[in-house]
Amino acid sequence: MIRARNKRMGRGEARAALAFLAPSLIGIFGMVLLPTADVIRRSFFSAMGNTFVGLENYRAIFENESFRLAVGNTIRFLLVCIPLLLLLSLATALMLYRRKRLQDLFRTTYLLTLVVPVTSVVMIIQTVFHKNGLLSALCALLGSTPQDWLNSEFAFLVLVVCYLWKYFGYNVILWLAGLAAIPDSYYEAARVDGANEIKCFFYITLPQLGGTLFITGVLALINSFKVFREAYLVAGRYPNSSIYMLQHVLSNWFSNLDMQKISAAAVLLMLSILLVVFAAQRRMDRKKEGA
Amino acid sequence: MKIKRWQPASFVVLFLLALLVWSPLWMLITGALTPTDELDRHLSGVLGASGELASWSVLPNRITFKHVVELLLDTPAFFRVFWNSCIQVFPAVAGQILVGAPAAWALSQLRFRGRNALFRLYIVLMILPFQVTMASSYIVLNRLDLIDTPLAIILPAMFSAFPVFIMTKFFGGIPREMLEAARMDGASEWSLFFRIGLPLGLPGVLSAALLGFVEGWNAVEQPITFLKTASLTPLSVFLPATTVSNAGISFVSAVVTLLPAVLIFLLGQQYLEQGILASGIKE
Repeated sequence: MIRARNKRMGRGEARAALAFLAPSLIGIFGMVLLPTADVIRRSFFSAMGNTFVGLENYRAIFENESFRLAVGNTIRFLLVCIPLLLLLSLATALMLYRRKRLQDLFRTTYLLTLVVPVTSVVMIIQTVFHKNGLLSALCALLGSTPQDWLNSEFAFLVLVVCYLWKYFGYNVILWLAGLAAIPDSYYEAARVDGANEIKCFFYITLPQLGGTLFITGVLALINSFKVFREAYLVAGRYPNSSIYMLQHVLSNWFSNLDMQKISAAAVLLMLSILLVVFAAQRRMDRKKEGA
Repeated sequence: MKIKRWQPASFVVLFLLALLVWSPLWMLITGALTPTDELDRHLSGVLGASGELASWSVLPNRITFKHVVELLLDTPAFFRVFWNSCIQVFPAVAGQILVGAPAAWALSQLRFRGRNALFRLYIVLMILPFQVTMASSYIVLNRLDLIDTPLAIILPAMFSAFPVFIMTKFFGGIPREMLEAARMDGASEWSLFFRIGLPLGLPGVLSAALLGFVEGWNAVEQPITFLKTASLTPLSVFLPATTVSNAGISFVSAVVTLLPAVLIFLLGQQYLEQGILASGIKE
């Protein structure tokens, strides 16, 4: 009888689940899944009429010089700023770890930048990095040459700085949570065995942070695409070529409603991101099994 | 013991980092209160054509509220932009909760086939940047004839996967035994959600709402892609053409844009942090 009741309840739960999920599922199906299928289809078809053209659109985007430039810049940006962000924020989190008073003092400050709208800091970015701006003034003071930071190769560094400024505190919080999740007993046992701070760090802290590294890395990857906001609001649709990113290309193709190119690029971008994330996850899972 | 000796050094580093956070914000605030002639001296080379190098002082020589008053009283255009942000952001956040909370409840507490696969789908959708879904969203919005209306911003945001993900994490912390007991007493699934899920999962709902607000208030990609009419421009992409003579007003408008975000941040910091942490926990 109990089993019958459980079964009936189970069916009730499933039916309730469907009702609870319906608005979200209908929305996601209509707003995302269905049109994404259409985007994938369009990436293999010609603009006029519905002729199947195979990989023609993909060939076209790779022959496009600005697309190639943007892919290179985007990869370069990811490779520079993600490791930099993760290392800086981890180092800071380690300084704050187990120091509640310091944490209380600095947490709010560090996290604050996350909510600061990009439009608000555009004036500051210009005041600091303009060719006659504060950074150039500092250079002149120190006897080195002022630069046109925003309209030269330096624009790339400016963008990296903007990204680090915005997401630094967010990552510190994530690392602190990862550090707090390591049981104290691990350290106590290691100390009993005579391990010093440095050994504890390399044999306990770092390996235990694997899961946090994965999550923090994925979030850093997602957020790195939002650096387009700073680039766009400060330098517009066509910034210095060192910061001309995938986001710019797609946005500019979009203004011409070049759907074939956008579709092919969107499919490639989607595949690359999912591939990277799944590969990272598999690696992490395997490591965990090995441990 | 060795660590102790490091403490002053690490405090200095932490303090310098805090300074890097505060100095741009301090510049905004002082810029908003600095008289035009002083701003002109500081920024003539940046905003004008004088070619002189910029300067700044930690405290302005004189403080004026002229620019604040000018923006708040004499600039109706700014109010429209502010209002545009409000009507694009708040309905989107409300929609996210309305659609997302029940979905998150089902994903975290109800047993049904395919639950894990469905949750994975939400995670996949969550990690895709705007540039991937831009074309898809455009196809739908265009079909529905919503391009260049506030709904072009609200509708895609409503079905964002991120709030569902956050709330699922929080709802998942509610012990299942509690629900089983209520079910035995004959409570319906709806009343479980409203009487147990929502009250106990409120921090999750607030976290999702806060993160949704921060995201919406900062949105740049969506408005520049789906809105064309200038009169629909939200604050997040509003950049007044700044010259030396109106620099003060630009600083004030930057501060006013910043204020709602900072206020909500300070009020809900604990929920924001909990939300960030929840997104960091691997299931």
